[in-house]
Amino acid sequence: MPDGASMNQFVKIEGLKRYFDVSAPWLVRTLEGRPRQIVQAVDGIDIEIAKGETFSLVGESGCGKSTVARLVVGLYPPTAGSIEFDGNDMAGSRSRADMAALRRRMQMIFQDPYASLNPRWRVFDIVAEPIRAFGLAKDKADLENQVGERLRQVRLTPADGRKYPHEFSGGQRQRISIARALASHPEFLVCDEPTSALDVSVQAQILNLMVDLQRRLQLTYLFISHNLAVVYHISTRVGVMYLGRLVEVAPTDTLFRRPKHPYTRMLLDTIPDLDMTGRQRAPVAGEVPSPINPPSGCTFHPRCPFANERCKVERPKALPIEGGTVACHAIEEGRLGVEERSYAASAA
Amino acid sequence: MAMQQPATTSWLHRMTDSDIWWSFKSSPTTVAAAAVTLFIFVIAFFAPLLAPHTPFDPATLSLSDGLKPPVLVSPDGEWTFPLGTDDQGRDVLSAIMYGTRLSLIVGFASVIVAMVIGIALGLVSGYVGGAVDTVIMRIADVQLTFPAILVALLIDGVVRGIISVQRHDEIAIFVIVGAIGLSFWVQYARTVRGSVLVEKNKEYVQAARVIGLSPVLIMVRHVLPNVTGPVLVIATINLGLAIITEATLSFLGVGLPSTQPSLGTLIRLGNEVLQSGEWWVIVFPGAMLAALVLAVNLLGDWLRDALNPKLR
Repeated sequence: MPDGASMNQFVKIEGLKRYFDVSAPWLVRTLEGRPRQIVQAVDGIDIEIAKGETFSLVGESGCGKSTVARLVVGLYPPTAGSIEFDGNDMAGSRSRADMAALRRRMQMIFQDPYASLNPRWRVFDIVAEPIRAFGLAKDKADLENQVGERLRQVRLTPADGRKYPHEFSGGQRQRISIARALASHPEFLVCDEPTSALDVSVQAQILNLMVDLQRRLQLTYLFISHNLAVVYHISTRVGVMYLGRLVEVAPTDTLFRRPKHPYTRMLLDTIPDLDMTGRQRAPVAGEVPSPINPPSGCTFHPRCPFANERCKVERPKALPIEGGTVACHAIEEGRLGVEERSYAASAA
Repeated sequence: MAMQQPATTSWLHRMTDSDIWWSFKSSPTTVAAAAVTLFIFVIAFFAPLLAPHTPFDPATLSLSDGLKPPVLVSPDGEWTFPLGTDDQGRDVLSAIMYGTRLSLIVGFASVIVAMVIGIALGLVSGYVGGAVDTVIMRIADVQLTFPAILVALLIDGVVRGIISVQRHDEIAIFVIVGAIGLSFWVQYARTVRGSVLVEKNKEYVQAARVIGLSPVLIMVRHVLPNVTGPVLVIATINLGLAIITEATLSFLGVGLPSTQPSLGTLIRLGNEVLQSGEWWVIVFPGAMLAALVLAVNLLGDWLRDALNPKLR
């Protein structure tokens, strides 16, 4: 694994922030004297993704990982920070055609296979939509060929194009979703918990398909998940998010075998392991604080067994360590040693 | 857009195979309502071919035929005027056929006007949100506090103030269509807005946004097809309501003029001679109006239940 900074960066996210205004309506606020309320969903994140790798974001619900996915594909404009895709700043002003050329190269796979396909459209039209939108087909026959090819790629048949989404199972629908995402020949796929709504057996099927497609089509993935077993199975590198910030980034193996940040350790402790090592586990204490009023300093300090006075006031910086980065005062000061873990590779 | 179906399943076959058709067949009330509606539509739209007289051509009228009773209840009746005549000697049956035609035209046209305005404003309101949404929905709220008939009266009154009486008779039908259309759009706008709020956060809309489709295309191609069900139901029920509103306005004398009488105008004319005992001039148009509105409303009720998956 080469060092993070020296890799050829395909997607580069810098200082990305996204705040949501969840205040009561202006009139109510004025009459009742309530303050504005801002959710800091994503609060300053730096990620670099190399071409061909799978970068996973993990974290508990509400930590902002889905928001990052939506920011990257442009569903939300960022409050601050920049997203660079293959050297192009996504926020830069450019013509419609140039924007479309960039959009064609990145697609998204969604979490809920029941909501991500328009129930009134035939599968053919769903998969054909990006091809039509970007004008990638010469004529009708070419369009039918391309759609048929995409459906075969996800192990469906071109004849399935005549059916409606409700005629398929969850796993099949997710494969249709993947076929649509592949239709415009993208290089970068943002996958927002693509397997979390599926049965375990189907999850493995979809993950294997995604790994296979990645190898054949040289795809780059940004993979969002809260399932560590899935992440272990698919990722090259993993970023751990807590309350809108990245607390640790490391190559997958390093993260699972030598976790550094106390939050990462806590998450790993929640995975049941088949070896029954009998090791004492720290239960995950407390719950994620509200992102409306996040704790000062290191946002993890109220739940952290190693927190001291410095953690309560000073926000830790991301420091490079063992091919990754970690944002923790205890690690930086050497108060917390690295501990070896044996992660059962068979868990996925 | 859609792919070709295999030739083995024809359009007709698919229709008779569907859930909707089954629910239609298994409800005798609905079948009867549909038959009545169809019958009324046919006699109304083919009135110029089917009607025995052309009741509003003064050249064919003779005052000596005035106020003849219906043929089945009185020996004074004549078979040329099966449902009797009014004080001008017009054949009531022919007048009803032509009147129903006008009532239906006004009904359909005003439902379409209301639908177009309502769907457009509802889509914009729901999809854009924010201040635009607030403004449109507050206007809708204000309009809801006035009865539809009052709004229609107001619009009609304003138009009458602006243009001369003769001109008004010529454009009366457009005025009334506009007035009824403008007073019924709120229901569509609210329904569509509600559906849009649900649909726009679904992932298939986000997938279309990732592709970079423009908001207008997303609304028309993705959101609109998913809100047609409730809109269709409102439209059917509103058709009855629009016909009634038009009849009310015409009865009050602010709707269609007596040179172009709708069912409501006929009822008003009949009301004038009711006191002297000529009941048939008002009863037959009234019965027609009641039958039409009842049949259309029964169809609307059935459609609402048939399209609601929770009631299946």
